[in-house]
Amino acid sequence: MRQDKIVIVDYRMGNLFNLQRAITFLGYSAEITSDPAVIRRADRILLPGVGAFEKAMQELDRADLIGVLKESVDQGKMMLGICLGMQLLFTKSFEFGEHRGLDFIRGQVVRFHRSESEITELKIPQIGWNSVEKPSAGPAWEKGILASVSPGTYFYFVHSFVCCPEEPAAVVAETQYGKDRFCSVTHRGNLWGCQFHPERSGEHGLSLLKSFIEL
Amino acid sequence: MRRTLRIIPRLDIKGPNLVKGIHLEGLRVLGKPWDFAHTYYREGADELIYIDAVASLYGRNNLLEIVKKTAENVFIPLTVGGGVRSLEDMRNLLCAGADKIAINTAAVHQPDLITQGAKMFGSQCIVGSIQAKLIDGRYYAYTDNAREFTELDVFDWARRLVDLGAGEILVTSIDQEGTAKGYELNLVRRLSETLTVPLIVCGGCGRPEHVADVAGLPGVDAVCASSIFHYNYLSSVATRENYEAEGNIEFLKKNRGGTPFMSTQLAVSSIGRVKEFLCSRGIPCRWPLS
Repeated sequence: MRQDKIVIVDYRMGNLFNLQRAITFLGYSAEITSDPAVIRRADRILLPGVGAFEKAMQELDRADLIGVLKESVDQGKMMLGICLGMQLLFTKSFEFGEHRGLDFIRGQVVRFHRSESEITELKIPQIGWNSVEKPSAGPAWEKGILASVSPGTYFYFVHSFVCCPEEPAAVVAETQYGKDRFCSVTHRGNLWGCQFHPERSGEHGLSLLKSFIEL
Repeated sequence: MRRTLRIIPRLDIKGPNLVKGIHLEGLRVLGKPWDFAHTYYREGADELIYIDAVASLYGRNNLLEIVKKTAENVFIPLTVGGGVRSLEDMRNLLCAGADKIAINTAAVHQPDLITQGAKMFGSQCIVGSIQAKLIDGRYYAYTDNAREFTELDVFDWARRLVDLGAGEILVTSIDQEGTAKGYELNLVRRLSETLTVPLIVCGGCGRPEHVADVAGLPGVDAVCASSIFHYNYLSSVATRENYEAEGNIEFLKKNRGGTPFMSTQLAVSSIGRVKEFLCSRGIPCRWPLS
């Protein structure tokens, strides 16, 4: 049986090798690429990213990748945005101004709320492990990339901004940090996003990636 | 709700080997770093830190192969430091599998390296590493693995590192390091009150209670520990390799027999036991794993 072609989109925002290693460890292979033609031929697309939202959109534009990503979503290809890659899927971000995103999922990216009393207790960025929980309403947890993950499982987060989907149906999992309860896994059709780093989240992170590849 | 405390085994490396000393001196070879790293990953470590103990001293940077080998089967964040002098060094380590780079000596000699690194790779990649020693009632920063004195006040230097672009601060107490007598609480308390970025504390952990002591301070985000874990897992970590004649291998020649340096102080523990103890004290951490 032919293996699905998996690509990791390289737009010069962060370290992609550990994501590639995780996929290799799972017995699959993923190509790191910034070539729209290669992405066009892919079956499954990983959109990682670390850094600033505005610069990320500029880099995607410069590499001529926005069109092929839109096309892939329209064709119903499996896509997973990770960390900043998840945030890019939304309509707009308020990170240092207001910037348009890819707008694949309706919603905004906003900064954590934080009260003065929380400053030393809860630092921003959130760096560390936090758990994913089932939202009170939302799509079926069991049918997506969280199929093998129980509510309460810890993943590794590094972020200062959070995604706020407009539709409750787009919120697959939520995570609590201080007073903020934010969307940590999102989805629309075959499009998925997680705020944490599955490639750095131990066995559960690996099983999430496996679910995405085998879904 | 409090953040979960990160438990980070720290692995000091000399040449190809995992080593451990006291006050960062008298290094004893314990085994291969990647074997210990993989064991710690499986056992529930939240991150790992590799520090090349002599890289600054001899101007070499042979960590790349160790990092690569580790990254093949360890899927938690890995911080690597020791002898990092340039953006090129950082890039090489990141490509080899490091997630964050710890910088001490080079930050003192060329502070701009912190800023450049943060701009190039993001602040979350840059860990400002401080080795602190108490002299006449003041804490001073040291470089070159605690060998070189600087006139830098630890608290001023920590704030400066954050201003320069460091995303986290790793502070090691030279006085406590390797003694298993507990973390340097005064140092940690004062630092935790002044920092806005995550603080990782290191040096002196000898029993689970020591972790709970610093975890109670509001600004502490992560703790490093070495001896408590290294000597606990020593017998269960495989020794497949031949050991190059680098460092003190007497300990290994005796089949790792004999006692750790600080047997009266040290109460070795698994990562799980430390986390269970923290949970029993109401300190949130990533436990149980599933």
